Amino acid sequence: MDVAIWKGDGAGGQYEHFAVPAEDNQTILDVVSWVQQNADPTLSYRFACRVGMCGSCAMMVNGTPRWTCRTHVKKVLKDGQLKVAPLNNLPVVKDLVVDMDPFFDKWIKAGGLHAPSKTRDDDIAAIAPDTDGRQNANAGIECINCSVCYAACDTVRSNPDYLGPAALQRAWTIVNDEKHAARGAVLDLVAQSDGCFNCHSMGSCTAHCPNDLDPMQAIARLKRAAIKHQLAGGGRDA
Amino acid sequence: MRAAYRNHPLWLAFALHRLSGLGLALFLPAHFYVLGLALHQPQQLDGFLAFGAHPMVKLAEFGLVFLLAVHMFGGLRLLALEFLSITARQKTLIAVAISAAFALACLFLLRAFSI
Ligand code: SF4
Ligand code: SF4
Ligand code: FES
Repeated sequence: MDVAIWKGDGAGGQYEHFAVPAEDNQTILDVVSWVQQNADPTLSYRFACRVGMCGSCAMMVNGTPRWTCRTHVKKVLKDGQLKVAPLNNLPVVKDLVVDMDPFFDKWIKAGGLHAPSKTRDDDIAAIAPDTDGRQNANAGIECINCSVCYAACDTVRSNPDYLGPAALQRAWTIVNDEKHAARGAVLDLVAQSDGCFNCHSMGSCTAHCPNDLDPMQAIARLKRAAIKHQLAGGGRDA
Repeated sequence: MRAAYRNHPLWLAFALHRLSGLGLALFLPAHFYVLGLALHQPQQLDGFLAFGAHPMVKLAEFGLVFLLAVHMFGGLRLLALEFLSITARQKTLIAVAISAAFALACLFLLRAFSI
């Protein structure tokens, strides 16, 4: 098959074509690895777990952001052709490697750090698994920070400062975490100008999350909670 | 060409909402201008109303009502999504919004031609 792989750096680059032997069971990551091992040892790319756990191998595959380790060639091959590029919406370091810093910085900006409400000397808070809050949090905590949703979001594309689906979904899990000490402050953070109200509910994040998470819905609920919080006078004394 | 990652119903609904909004924004100045004629130059307005009786113009008006309805029901869909806890029925919501818009515009067309 004909595989086009983007090669270059932050300043620019172009696609280079490689003829890669097709196998019965072959992921996109296998293809990229084959090229690096057999055709072009200078090719840079990133991966670790190869089983959809670490979130480091995401790339644009025929125009769609995907985990390359869990995407079978057969599923995405178009007329015997494959196009692999670095993730959208993040600065390229080299070839298929992007700089994930902006993505992680936004997690912090959206209040993603845990603020403990107890010390090690206190008893562990008992949280019933069937409460709304716990269910809401559960829906988002399987995120592995792969940035697939972030690369699919056209709002990030048009406003690079927008916090983006993953960070806001993280904020929503925190707002629902009874053990967190500053949930009101998180609602204030996400209501700021580059926060949740930027989201147009276009759902590309949800459509492409390989973990079947629903950041769009998390953000919709976050919007509602943030509005309630502001109406109740939140943020005024912060 | 539409990038591959945009190939899903919610993105289409978003695009439709944007385009109908833009279309309406372009139309509004003309709308206000014609309304203004009623106040200042009634003769010209009569001429314009005669022009409005033309079937092609009526068809164009159908498009306008469709845009308006698409934008309105699209907005209601978003409000439902964001303020009621609607889950997993997004496609249904989009379909309902578009068909309601279409029905409304057709109704308008029928009336326009029966007068
Ligand atoms: S729903 Fe919101 S966060 Fe998700 S892709 Fe659309 S704009 Fe981005
Ligand atoms: S929400 Fe899904 S797509 Fe986005 S970073 Fe988390 S796991 Fe990846
Ligand atoms: S290599 Fe870890 S998720 Fe793909």
